[in-house]
Amino acid sequence: MSSVADRAYEPVIGLEIHVQLSTRTKMFCGCALSFGEEPNTRTCPVCLGHPGTLPVVNAEAVHYGLMIGLALDCELAPRSIFHRKNYFYPDLPKGYQVSQYDIPLAAGGRLGDVRIHRVHLEEDAAKLVHSGASGRIHGAEGSVVDFNRGGTPLVEIVSEPDIRSASEAAEWLRLLRATLRRIGVSDVNMEEGSLRCDANVSIRPAGEATLGTKAELKNMNSFRFIERGIEAEIARQEAIVRAGESVVQETLHFDPASGALTPLRSKEEAHDYRYFPEPDLVPVAPTEAMVGRAREALPELPAARAARFERELGLSSDTARLLSFRGELGDYYEEALGAARADGGADPTALASWVTVELVPRLPDGDPSASRVRPDALARLVSMVGAKRVSGSAAKEVLTAMAEDGGDPEAIVAERGLAMTDSADLGAVVDQALAANAAAVAQYRAGKEKALGAIVGAVMRETKGRADGGAVRELILERLSQ
Amino acid sequence: MSELLDLTAAQTAASLRAGEVSTDELFDHSRARAANDDLGAFLWVAEDAPPPVSAQAPLAGVPLAVKDIFCAEGVPSTSGSRILEGYRPAYTATVVERLAAAGAPMVGKTNMDEFAMGSSNENSAYGPVRNPWDRERVPGGSSGGSAAAVAAGIAPWAIGTDTGGSIRQPASLCGLVGLKPTYGSVSRYGMIAFASSLDQAGPITRDVTDAALLFRHMVGRDPCDSTSLDHPEEIELPQADRLDGLRFGVPPELSGEGIEPGVLTVLKDVLGRVEHLGGTVNETRLPHSPHGLSAYYVLAPAEASANLARYDGVRYGLRAGNGDLLSMYEHTRAEGFGDEVKRRIMLGTYALSSGYYDAYYGRAQRVRTKIVADFASAFESCDFVITPTSPSVAFRIGERTGDPLAMYLSDYCAVPASLAGLPAISIPGGLSEGLPVGIQLVGPAFSENRLLQAAHALEGAIAFPTGPPPT
Amino acid sequence: MIEREQVLHVARLARLLLSDEEVERMREELSGILDHIEKIGELDLDGVDPTSHVIALENVLRPDEPRPSLAREAALSMAPQPGDTGFGVPSPGS
Ligand SMILES: [Zn+2]
Repeated sequence: MSSVADRAYEPVIGLEIHVQLSTRTKMFCGCALSFGEEPNTRTCPVCLGHPGTLPVVNAEAVHYGLMIGLALDCELAPRSIFHRKNYFYPDLPKGYQVSQYDIPLAAGGRLGDVRIHRVHLEEDAAKLVHSGASGRIHGAEGSVVDFNRGGTPLVEIVSEPDIRSASEAAEWLRLLRATLRRIGVSDVNMEEGSLRCDANVSIRPAGEATLGTKAELKNMNSFRFIERGIEAEIARQEAIVRAGESVVQETLHFDPASGALTPLRSKEEAHDYRYFPEPDLVPVAPTEAMVGRAREALPELPAARAARFERELGLSSDTARLLSFRGELGDYYEEALGAARADGGADPTALASWVTVELVPRLPDGDPSASRVRPDALARLVSMVGAKRVSGSAAKEVLTAMAEDGGDPEAIVAERGLAMTDSADLGAVVDQALAANAAAVAQYRAGKEKALGAIVGAVMRETKGRADGGAVRELILERLSQ
Repeated sequence: MSELLDLTAAQTAASLRAGEVSTDELFDHSRARAANDDLGAFLWVAEDAPPPVSAQAPLAGVPLAVKDIFCAEGVPSTSGSRILEGYRPAYTATVVERLAAAGAPMVGKTNMDEFAMGSSNENSAYGPVRNPWDRERVPGGSSGGSAAAVAAGIAPWAIGTDTGGSIRQPASLCGLVGLKPTYGSVSRYGMIAFASSLDQAGPITRDVTDAALLFRHMVGRDPCDSTSLDHPEEIELPQADRLDGLRFGVPPELSGEGIEPGVLTVLKDVLGRVEHLGGTVNETRLPHSPHGLSAYYVLAPAEASANLARYDGVRYGLRAGNGDLLSMYEHTRAEGFGDEVKRRIMLGTYALSSGYYDAYYGRAQRVRTKIVADFASAFESCDFVITPTSPSVAFRIGERTGDPLAMYLSDYCAVPASLAGLPAISIPGGLSEGLPVGIQLVGPAFSENRLLQAAHALEGAIAFPTGPPPT
Repeated sequence: MIEREQVLHVARLARLLLSDEEVERMREELSGILDHIEKIGELDLDGVDPTSHVIALENVLRPDEPRPSLAREAALSMAPQPGDTGFGVPSPGS
């Protein structure tokens, strides 16, 4: 039996993600969603919680919720209801949040290697701006509430505790974000808060099935912070356990500046949200038509697309994931591939590599749709490389020119004289190079194969890179064997 | 002109159409009466004449008294509470808007028990209302101001709201007709919420025809209220004067123990008239109805505890406290709410709190299921359930304020229909000790037309005077 | 009979400040009401479904179409402590 000190521990991590839906209006009223508008310009009696007002569910929010449920392979509840979650806070205008509780919209799904516990609809809180940050208040120190965000539709996604490391958590969250972006239900921007992630972290002796006491980590608003936060928490819990003490259940706030985790001041009484069914709303019971419409609205999802790229196109796993997780790159790639096939073919692997390695650094704001390089133009350029009509290095120069000014690869190659030197001309250049490098020829003949490089280099210099290195080498060897 | 206000609204409408009086004159007159009201029935009276109303409009310009629970744009709307003193909503309740559009302009806002919690109107933050039949007595509640205003001839008709009897009981105590519609048939948008799964707006009028006329223009689905729906039938003006073939079920649970003898005498008399008009009377069991009050006093306070959480001193209404957040909440709510509202918030919060939910809220919801089922089986053997509306006639002001439970018992006969969401009408059945006694008819969901027809026939036989009480 | 501590706990949950005298009165009144209510504990309700709604409506949904919001001055006009841009409140934790 090993001692506590050298026993191996295994982290157990589950994520809770809040996603702001990109509907036009709020969850329960007709106010347009706010994107940095002036404070309190997107409110109405309903979302300010005025007396006598009532919520009415946004159909599009339900539609998006169903799409998310289906995309995450969940069972859709035949009849889900809303509850009231009661607590007082200035950013909560009604004194309760309308949320789904015991019967969520969807449950029991999976994304990648992680099971999905539940997916439910709710409304976002408003924003409490602490004094000093903005807004003067007459006659008193304090905070200011901006209700623009209050009532924005949210979907909460809760994973099962299937994640075993900080990097796995970040990687899975990337897949989730790519999936949500792909289906077009949210901006999924962590900095702006349209994607928010909390993590439940515990540790247990490796190989054991029981779960340890978990801590909840909040406020990790980037992938880097999520990794750092979870790593710090795993280390903290291991230190506690190795010191023979036990982890207490608490909520921790991650400070990105210091990387420290500090306990949130516990509320003065234990949470007692007094959930009960929201009497102002009726159940959501998705009809076949509603489910059908949600299913039809789903594009191919990133995980499936990556698998298809690997299986059908022979792409490497990394390239396939890069193209799928950034859906716009995958779309660009597939459009280019289609054009290439129509023209008689380009190598999918070569094209993928040109997109991910060469095109990506040349994209304005990383957005292929804003690029001046048309997918069919890139496809033709890659075909020219494949057909040895232009060398790889010359093609990169062409791509740079296209990225700056657009245009056709053929025209740029012709205009700049970058076409591959043809074999007759090349023969003459090789003969000259052999004559001019007699010493290297002698060394080669004496068995020093490396000497060949000097002759190839001379030819490449003379052709200004327009010659194909392999062809030059072959030609030199042919001459030398004569 | 004064005699005009003693008429029913339908009779007044006929005078308006005949050109005997103009809509403006009538409105001014009603407004002046409301402004001089010494019953405490009004919390606000219209300052300006409404936009011109045509006497040819469906409701002919007959002025309407509106319970202060309804929001009206720019008009003080307090729900009888200190916490909303000075609050002027930015929007108008659907019902008020619909009735104004049909030609019933709002002449004033009527006093009420704070947030509709009460059966005597003594829980208003703005003082009690006196019953025109005996000014030392309560008008009932919570729509006490609406009932007093109509009974005294200040307004031809009024709207109120009913959560556990708040239209029917004051109608009963003031000798009026009060209709609580099927839950969902009238929009709740703009009605300051008490208990959302029970609250319904309805008319308080001098006769059954007026109730039908007003109700006809209140019903219908409202896109702003998810729980509203279209009434399956066009609401008709009742004409019936016979009850042939109709079966009236008398539940012993609601017509025996705990009911004043004088009230039971009136019930007996009315049952005699039912038979005389060709109807039949039989006993019908509602075995769970004695538990209705208990279920109601869990469910309604639970919903209210959440509905009243918005009164926090942040966005509107009263703010108190000494500068920190907790004290803002606790002082605002301590100063803004009256005793009965605090009691029900406490009761509801307790019933929902961790460890008690199943024993109270969960069980009460199941009792509700049983009560729904009781009515369903009763309506297999009868067309209407008939009971007293209130166990007693109007009681003296101050008589029950010290004993919340005794006050709650006023709702004993009214609450079962509320829990089941069923339409129920109270009509004056006669007098006991010189005070009105209301009789309640309950029908299946959306049976308002049949309920109004039966009530109309009975009304003709009872011949209770529709004018103001003898003074 | 409910305890004084329970009254205080519930009052805190409901954000109601009660004086000592009110706490005692509330304890007595709530106990009396709860005693009455507890009669529903005698009923056999096994297998009975709870009723939250008496209406059989489902999927009451609103099209995702924006409607005008309130002007900020209108929204703030009813606030007890309006700021230039928002609703003033004491800072949490202050
Ligand atoms: Zn709004």
